[in-house]
Amino acid sequence: MTPASKTDLKYAYYPGCSLEATAMEYDWSVRAVCSHLGIELEELPGWNCCGASSGHSTSHWLATMLAGRNLALAEKIGMDIVVACPACYIRLRSAGHEIRHDASMRDELAGVTGLPCPAEYTTRHLLDIVCNELGMENLKQRIVKPLKGLRLVAYYGCYLVRPPELVAFDDPENPQCMDLLLDVLGAEVKDWSGKVDCCGGSLSLSKREIASRMVSELAEMARRAGAEAIVAACPLCHANLEMRQSGSSEGKLPVFYFTELIGLALGISQARSWLKKHLVSPFGLLASHGL
Amino acid sequence: MHYSDKSGKAVLDAQLCQKVKEESGTDIDRCYQCLTCSLGCPSAFAMDYLPHQIVRMVQLGLRQPVLSSATIWVCADCQTCATRCPNEVDLVKLMDVLREISLREGLVKERNVADFHRIFLGNIKQWGRQYELSLILMLKLKTRDLFSDLGMGIKMLQKGKLKLLPARFKGAEGVRAIFRRINI
Repeated sequence: MTPASKTDLKYAYYPGCSLEATAMEYDWSVRAVCSHLGIELEELPGWNCCGASSGHSTSHWLATMLAGRNLALAEKIGMDIVVACPACYIRLRSAGHEIRHDASMRDELAGVTGLPCPAEYTTRHLLDIVCNELGMENLKQRIVKPLKGLRLVAYYGCYLVRPPELVAFDDPENPQCMDLLLDVLGAEVKDWSGKVDCCGGSLSLSKREIASRMVSELAEMARRAGAEAIVAACPLCHANLEMRQSGSSEGKLPVFYFTELIGLALGISQARSWLKKHLVSPFGLLASHGL
Repeated sequence: MHYSDKSGKAVLDAQLCQKVKEESGTDIDRCYQCLTCSLGCPSAFAMDYLPHQIVRMVQLGLRQPVLSSATIWVCADCQTCATRCPNEVDLVKLMDVLREISLREGLVKERNVADFHRIFLGNIKQWGRQYELSLILMLKLKTRDLFSDLGMGIKMLQKGKLKLLPARFKGAEGVRAIFRRINI
């Protein structure tokens, strides 16, 4: 269900586990930016881990139940869910699709959790909400500090755009919404061919050498496109891109969350404290552009 | 029905394809070996068999090499193959089912990845949400790889990016109820 009108943007917020720890700055920036833009977030009471790739690699049933329990909690309070992590996003969308189309799985979920889940509500990513519900015009009016001169590439990764039958709010091969958003923020957005290439985040801890090679290729592509930093919308991509880039820490490209850049452009005073959590400091880059 | 080699050892499992089709809900018979999946696969460089070869091997019933391949574990679940397949073969669902069977039958080649999944799910079972510090430490102990990334880990702790204690919330019992229904 969609809100009654576009001025009524109210969602059940599902932070996901990463945003409670390694990506706490993403969580802080999400909450501050939404509050500033009039997107009302109510944290989903009692939410649990979506199971991530370990869930569906081990048991399809388990993956559906873990994600499904969160959907049932949102049904109870009658709200659409908004997620900031694309890995959680795809798990919740996938479980929602299954519960909607498979009555036996729906009954199973109700039996295990004690919560009925008719799956009338949906799950959306915050980037989709900002671009398609709030809208660029609305955002533009509130910008006080344009990110002038900052050369960026928008990195979508996998689950914001794939598979299209589950998540289609933008093109699966050449999405545009984050590019448009960064352009509205005043940055110089570079086109590049790495925007939906996988960073290998799911293998970052278990097969480090594979993730390192995938990240290094992405960073190289971003550099060749003329970018000074990469913009992500995923806590796992962000951590992986920061940790697995080769070279000294001065030689690495900083990685921003899209919400952090919105926060900077909106002039939110805490924005600089979010950036202190980064492993690759973006302060030198920002200073070079007078930001 | 199993087809045997000269020593009488079964090498082809004629039921494998049907079983995988049923469990994954994707019709791998539609594959005409165009290689779109393998050409776009970002982790192909680390695979022992390419994705289109895995599909063919499942069709042929080459049970042992498929289920003990590195490919099914170094697949990064990026969905590129499934998105591009002109025949709508969902290779990601196929990989999921092969991983499930490989785990059940103890044929896992890439122990590190399987250990990661086991520790990840063990933490959720216990706490309901992921406890990242414990995930990293337990994986380090399990894989006896204590020192790689040590500097990075210390930096993350200094920045307060790893919580020292697991999350406590009402709802963890609901998660344990899910795990009680499954043997993991």
